[in-house]
This record gives sequence, structure tokens and C-alpha cells, in this order.
Amino acid sequence: MSVTEFKHTHSAHCESGVMSSMLRHYGLNLSEPMVFGLASALTFAYLPFLKMGGMPLVAYRSMPKSIIKNIQKNLNVKMKLETFSNKEKGVARLDALLDEGKIVGAQTSVYWLPYFPEEMRFHFNAHNLLVFGQEGDSYKVSDPVFEFTQECDKDSLTKARFVKGALAPKGLLYYPVSVPQEVDLNPIIVKSIKKVAKSMLNTPVPIAGLKGIKYLAKSIRKLNKKNKRYAKLFLGHIVRMQEEIGTGGAGFRYLYASFLQESSTLFNNDETLKEASEMFLKVGDEFREFALIVAKAVKSKKEIDYDTIADKLDSIADEEREVYKKLLEFCAQH
Amino acid sequence: MDINNVPQDDSSTYAKNKKAIYAKDEDGSVKVVGSTGWNAEETVTKQALEDLLEHEAEAYCEVKKGLKSTLYYYMYSIRMDLQVLSESTGFFKWTISRDFKPEVFAKISEKRLAVYAEAMGIASEKLIVLEEKNYECN
Repeated sequence: MSVTEFKHTHSAHCESGVMSSMLRHYGLNLSEPMVFGLASALTFAYLPFLKMGGMPLVAYRSMPKSIIKNIQKNLNVKMKLETFSNKEKGVARLDALLDEGKIVGAQTSVYWLPYFPEEMRFHFNAHNLLVFGQEGDSYKVSDPVFEFTQECDKDSLTKARFVKGALAPKGLLYYPVSVPQEVDLNPIIVKSIKKVAKSMLNTPVPIAGLKGIKYLAKSIRKLNKKNKRYAKLFLGHIVRMQEEIGTGGAGFRYLYASFLQESSTLFNNDETLKEASEMFLKVGDEFREFALIVAKAVKSKKEIDYDTIADKLDSIADEEREVYKKLLEFCAQH
Repeated sequence: MDINNVPQDDSSTYAKNKKAIYAKDEDGSVKVVGSTGWNAEETVTKQALEDLLEHEAEAYCEVKKGLKSTLYYYMYSIRMDLQVLSESTGFFKWTISRDFKPEVFAKISEKRLAVYAEAMGIASEKLIVLEEKNYECN
């Protein structure tokens, strides 16, 4: 593996950002959208029975660690993932890897990272960042969702790596052992697009894919039977999962649109992919409009029109269905 | 979204940081643009924070009135709830709920207190004293 000087890149999503920076550092230059796309990371899931902070889980992307694992599988990258039974070992290992000159991915809680904006610090344990050096009592951190690199004192980063509970990181560290310097992306692109389109269109369970979006819309319609305080918190929660740092940005639809655009150039400016990219940008816009409607409802003292909000979500699901159909057309041709 | 439509609302929740948004530039290519914030997002983030803060203020007053132990207040002050505290400490919820009783918490073992201190990032000696805050209690 060739090693260049580490370069930080501002990204939309923590895990795809870390993997993109890491692969580029070791000689395989892939953009964040390309990593996100090749890992088939776009998804939707609404799990009303799984609560976080009293709110049901709403996810716009795949499970934590799935980008690392899918990239490993699809690109023939060999990654080493290490977790630790105790803190001291975990700290010693990170320090040793840094001494070897490696850059190291780590899973952390958001709450215990001091450089996070105070108002963004929630107990979410599946954040990802890169450690690329140490100096005295602090680590040099490349947190992809931040514009610039950060310094983080060792105690805080250690605390963030070893929180317990839902999605506990157990000190997880990861780094590549071997990275192919050249990859024929096209067949992987077709395969990963097909996977996303099929799972969004055809997931047999009603909680995932487009059915999941419809199911969420249905739950919104029923909110008039719940107390208003809960209803507002629930609506706000959906949008936070969609937009907040490290979690979304129009539910990653813009990021995926960027992947499709980049892919189109790799297929001699394929028109179908270009069109699908445009369509996804529009879906992203619709998601942001949905967020606007919700924010207005949250602020307003008047009665909330749940049906209007649910209708919006329903129509987004219908619009998105057309994009996946288009993507399957592309896959059928290649 | 077009590059020019990427919101630059300077949200306090971003604390002067920027978030990467993928948007379309003049030539039609999609790339990262830094956003200083978006009012819609700020609204829902603050809504969640206010809910947490309300819990914290209520808890503070209950401790002040002697109805609950300081542990109850500090749990909310670090944005946890019973679920998260239970997961972070490995203690069963019902045993934590017992520690919310002032008379039970007063007799807590040092060992158990140390587990709370570690999980909550608050020193043991601080955990047993209510800090000064300007919450209005009636």
C-alpha cells in the first residue's frame, strides 16, 4: 500500500466519509458518493418497536458498519476490525497503530466528543471518525462531517470509544490491510445499484424500503389520536434523523444522486443514469420540503394537519419508486 | 438542490461549523457545499433539546423538594434517560429507580457510586451534591 500525506475531506456521512478518506490515503481514489453507492448504503427503515430516547428508530441509511463491510466485500479491500474487552488495551492499540504511521478509523459516541457543537451532543453511539496522529495528550482527528480537522483530548476520545449501551462501539478500530490500487468499478456499480433498487422496491417486510416510508406515513396519520406533545416530538424526530449532522441531509438522496452522476460518466455518459440522478435530486428536494412542513407544524400553536404531512411522504415514496424503476432499466441494459 | 439554494441560515446548533451538502453547481455537476445551517433543522434539533431541558428542570425541582435523589437530576443534565443510564451502567432499570429515592441513594455503596460516576462522566463526590442552577421551582 502506498502512503501519502493525510488529507481531510468534508463529507455528508461519517462512515462513507471515513472510508473514502482512508482508501484514498492508501492509494485508491474514490469519492464519498462513490463509496456510499458501491456499499449500497441508501435505504429506508422505520422500526416502531425499536426505541431510542423514547422515539422509534427511523433510518435513511444502512446499519452501522455496513459500509465498511460492503466495501470490503465488493472492492476486495482487506480491512482489519478490532474491538476491545478493556479500555487500557484499546488505548494502547490505537497509540501503537498511530506510531506505526497508520491512520485508523474508530467508532464513537457523539455525546462525549468535546469538539461537537453543544447543541448536537446526543447519546448516539455509532459515529465514525479517523484518527491520523497524536501529539502530547491529544489525538488528531479527521471527523468527516466537520469542515476542518479537530484536536481531541485522549480522555474524551477514549470515553467516546468505550461507552456502553445500544450500538456500543467496544472501542472499535479499523484500518485496511491491503487495498487494490485499481478496481474495475463498472460491474460493481451495476450490482450495487441493483441491490438498492430491488431492496427499496421489493422488501417483503412492511417496515423497510418504500413500504417503510408508506408505513411511516400511515403512523403519522394516526398521530391525531396521540397527545400533541408526543406527536410533535415524533414528527421532529423523523426530520432530525433525516437532516442532523452525521445522520442525513435530505436522507442521503443528494449523496446518492451524486454517485449516480459520477457513475454515468464511467458508463460513457449513460443517459439513464443521468436522468436517475436528476430524479434523485428532486426526491431530495421533496424530502427537504417535507422537513419544512414538519418544522412549521412543530412551531405552530394551531392544530396540526397530519394528513397533509403524511400525503407528502406518500407522494415522495411514489416518486422514489419511479427512480428505482429507472435504475433497474439501467441494470437490465448492462 | 442548486448550489445557490443551499441554506446558509447560520444556525446556533451548528456552532459556527459547516455541514456538507451535495448540490448542483452551474455546470450541473453535483458537489459538496458547506452549509452554515438551516432553520427547519434548527427548529427540530432545538425542539429535542428543549424537551431534554424541561426534564432536567423538573428533575432539579424534585430533588430540591427532597422527592428524588441527585442522581435523578444528573441523569437528565447529561441528556440521558433511564434507558440510556441502564445501558451505560449495566444496572437494571428497577435498581436505578430505587437509587432515585433520596433515602436509598444516601446509603449507596462507594463501588456502585463509582460505576455511575464513570458512566456519567461526573465525579462521585459531585454526584451526591445538587449543583447550583437557576431553575424556578414552585
